[in-house]
Amino acid sequence: MAIEVRIPTILRTYTGGEKAVSAEGDTLATLIEDLESSYPGIAGRLLEDSDGGGDLRRFVNVYINDEDVRFIGGLQAGLSDGDQVVVLPAVAGGC
Amino acid sequence: MLTLDQATYDAIVAHAKRDHPDEACGVVAGPAGSDRPERLVEMVNAAGSPTFYEFDSTDLLRLYRDMDDRDEEPVVVYHSHTATEAYPSRTDIGLAGEPNAHYVLVSTRERGNNEGPVEFRSYRIIDGTVTEEEVVVVPELEASTT
Repeated sequence: MAIEVRIPTILRTYTGGEKAVSAEGDTLATLIEDLESSYPGIAGRLLEDSDGGGDLRRFVNVYINDEDVRFIGGLQAGLSDGDQVVVLPAVAGGC
Repeated sequence: MLTLDQATYDAIVAHAKRDHPDEACGVVAGPAGSDRPERLVEMVNAAGSPTFYEFDSTDLLRLYRDMDDRDEEPVVVYHSHTATEAYPSRTDIGLAGEPNAHYVLVSTRERGNNEGPVEFRSYRIIDGTVTEEEVVVVPELEASTT
């Protein structure tokens, strides 16, 4: 079960410069576990708590087939073969 | 150094003044690897706040898909400060997610929505380190060599 994951510039240091990688999982949580096994350290950039207990970081946006996962179950959002996942850091700040 | 054409500079300043007292935000996209800020994209500040800005998550995805389709990247990421100086805040630094971008800060604290000069400054923000750079405004960008 292959899922394409688009990696933003700032996280390509973990993927050897690759813009898109293939990973497996039937939920976003298991997909991130699989990513972590291939690209150690990447989970800590996506999750509040890199041991898998934490939620998605507030300022990381993840989309499954163009839907923001926050509206479709967060880390429990389901995945199936051929889905596309996009990771984008929020563009945000404040004085 | 950030080299920007006058029309883009003026448009960023106008956007900041128009949205004052809320923070304005946007990007200037350009061909990947070119360092040429060519295409201004004003974004909606989903936070609608005088002290915070954030691109709406749906708009963000659309923006990055558009840039991907055009083989572009965000050459400039800009936002305004409406009550403080044009210098990256701790939050700005912590959330800076584009290591290749010029981060432009415009401060509207002096004139608000009114005519007149603003503070317009540019920075690189990489791994929490801020480096200010010179801003050069030219009548038009030189013709692309590619």
